[in-house]
Amino acid sequence: MEKSELKVNEKDIVVPGEVLAQGMSYLPSEGTYRKGEDILASRLGLVRIDGKVVKIIPLSGKYLPKKMDVIIGRVTDINFSGWNVETNSAYPAMLSMKDATDDFIRRGADLTRYFDVGDYIVTKIYNVTSQNLIDLTMKGPGLRKIDGGRIVFVSPTKVPRIIGKQGSMVSMIKKATNCNIIVGQNGIVWIKGTNPEDEIDTVDTITKIEQESHMSGLTEAIKKFLESKGRTVVVEEQMQGGNDEL
Amino acid sequence: MSYKKRLDGRKFDELRSIEAKVGVVKNATGSAYFKIGNTMAYAAVYGPRDLFPRFLKDPKRGLLRCNYNMMPFSGMGERVRPGPSRRSKEISMVTEGALLPVVNLENFPNSVVDVYIELPQTDAGSRCAGICAASMALADAGIAMKDLVGAVSVGLVDGQIVLDLNYDEEAYDKGDVADIPMAYIPNMDKFSLLQMDGKVKPEDLIKALELAKKGALEILKVQRNALKHRFEVVKNE
Amino acid sequence: MNNEKQNHIINYLKKDLRFDGRKREDYRKIEVETGIFKTAEGSARVKIGDTEVLAGVKFEVGKPYPDTPEEGTLMVNSELIPMSSPKFESGPPSPESIELSRVVDRGIRESKAIDYKKMCIRPGELVYSLVVDIVPVNAAGNLFDAAALAVWLAIKDAKFPKLEGDKLKYKEPTKQKLPILTEPVSITVYKIANYYLVDPTPDEEEVMDARLTVALTEDGTICALQKGGEEPLSKAEIESMIGLASKKAKELRKYLR
Repeated sequence: MEKSELKVNEKDIVVPGEVLAQGMSYLPSEGTYRKGEDILASRLGLVRIDGKVVKIIPLSGKYLPKKMDVIIGRVTDINFSGWNVETNSAYPAMLSMKDATDDFIRRGADLTRYFDVGDYIVTKIYNVTSQNLIDLTMKGPGLRKIDGGRIVFVSPTKVPRIIGKQGSMVSMIKKATNCNIIVGQNGIVWIKGTNPEDEIDTVDTITKIEQESHMSGLTEAIKKFLESKGRTVVVEEQMQGGNDEL
Repeated sequence: MSYKKRLDGRKFDELRSIEAKVGVVKNATGSAYFKIGNTMAYAAVYGPRDLFPRFLKDPKRGLLRCNYNMMPFSGMGERVRPGPSRRSKEISMVTEGALLPVVNLENFPNSVVDVYIELPQTDAGSRCAGICAASMALADAGIAMKDLVGAVSVGLVDGQIVLDLNYDEEAYDKGDVADIPMAYIPNMDKFSLLQMDGKVKPEDLIKALELAKKGALEILKVQRNALKHRFEVVKNE
Repeated sequence: MNNEKQNHIINYLKKDLRFDGRKREDYRKIEVETGIFKTAEGSARVKIGDTEVLAGVKFEVGKPYPDTPEEGTLMVNSELIPMSSPKFESGPPSPESIELSRVVDRGIRESKAIDYKKMCIRPGELVYSLVVDIVPVNAAGNLFDAAALAVWLAIKDAKFPKLEGDKLKYKEPTKQKLPILTEPVSITVYKIANYYLVDPTPDEEEVMDARLTVALTEDGTICALQKGGEEPLSKAEIESMIGLASKKAKELRKYLR
């Protein structure tokens, strides 16, 4: 077949097995595969066409650990060399003493002084092996133990929309609800306000983004949603930085 | 050949009415409901997640683990005793086989994807309904898949080839009955489940499979629409 | 963190708020549906928020218990299937599952809600027995109240199958319903610190100090109780919890129609 042809449009919702394009002049990228001369979807998601490259933005799925991602994890156990951390993925992670602190830790010291079982931490993945063994570090701006507040779980595929372009969405919510918010790439979100009402409005707003993340005009919809809750909203284009905590 | 009219009045190549829905179990990574005639199936997918027992871990890819279960009140007659039976274990196994060719878990070594299939009401074709629900639930869970899988049974009732037998047809006693549950992967043009009980001539089997393919393609249309609909509903709100 | 979570939940409760914005004494949205399965002689679906529970009734015939030769029997069973929560595992019933069945069973049995004498076929030889199975589709808190409501609605929905020569013809239902004498409602009140609440989410269940399930008949008589949780309760606390349960039971009755 000489002629190449797209079978779908930008932002169409497609399902696995659906033909996205025909012909060799299109290139398959994430969430797609080539079969003969066709490009087919291998994930449920939104079509993204970038020149000749066709890919799928997934709408669902578990977190797959990635190097340099800042995530929120929960300490599940303490062993000789450090801490085991649950990452909301199929894989547990390790935080070793040397990556946890610059302090000199004496052999046999009480490690719960740093992080105890059940603690949530903002941490960074600094290494992932081919078998998805994860090494974490606490060395970096904003990486720390979480104190107070609430933990909310969201679909990891929705994290980019919750953060927004250069952090614009999350800063808009923070300002409107007076809450501190940290969004982990693994879908764990930490929210802390000075009162329950602020936190509840924040959770509701994040849930709303999660439900409508695939729609266009999301920022406007969220602004209206916050205003309907009596919140004052300032939309700032191109905020610098992501989570300003980080 | 004396089966001239189907017991429920359907055409020989006609499916029972179908209903499909995605996102029915909030706790799950992905889920679906599939109803065909009076047979209803839920499927919920959890994972990829950490796998126990450890010796099952495969360092090359994630493991797909299916579990088929009839709810105690789902049978046509007496209460179904809870817990696994020889029948449910076999069906769980062939369900895994039906779905494995399309599922790609290479990005998730050492993990497991659990698929729980639960039937609240059955009237023949329950393993096929389970596979249809499971295939949608896997897609909903964001699992990488080459295609969806459509499953339905075909068969011969007193010499007549029919699509999607119901319980009365399976139990037809005025002539021989062959029941052939199968699953079909459209873009490979291959069958990933094939079982049969009854008697059938080889040439009739091939004809029946042709009809099964046609039925599966209709089912696949419903599955695709249900998956897309999940997101379009929100769009219109 | 559990302590931290508990403290945070308490901070909300102080202001009569919950994580999802509800007040302490609010239930989530309740939806009920009956007659949903053709293979069960009676069936119901109850949704409370994100929790969804199915109940199905199957009739059987068999020998009566020796001490009640003229009465039919009731058995309630629950299957906490792993489909409904990552916390549930396959295998034999957990203590949690057995407690749920038994608490729901007691609420119905002890209220004398069903006239078991009318379920007798031949005294001492053959009686009807009623088996009700509870299966959650999605377990997201408060299975006790959801299951109790679903089981009762399924019982009310049930119709005897035809009896022919000591055998049940399941495919031939009659119009005859179960002989019902009163209608029990079951409410579980949770205590976290000094606050009482109903219809907990999984977060609240995780950090609760105590719970009390109270089954009540139509005239407000208590017909079954079950205390759970690690903290003991004082007489005054029990009184408060029963007071709240009685009040909520009246509200929940509207779902019995």
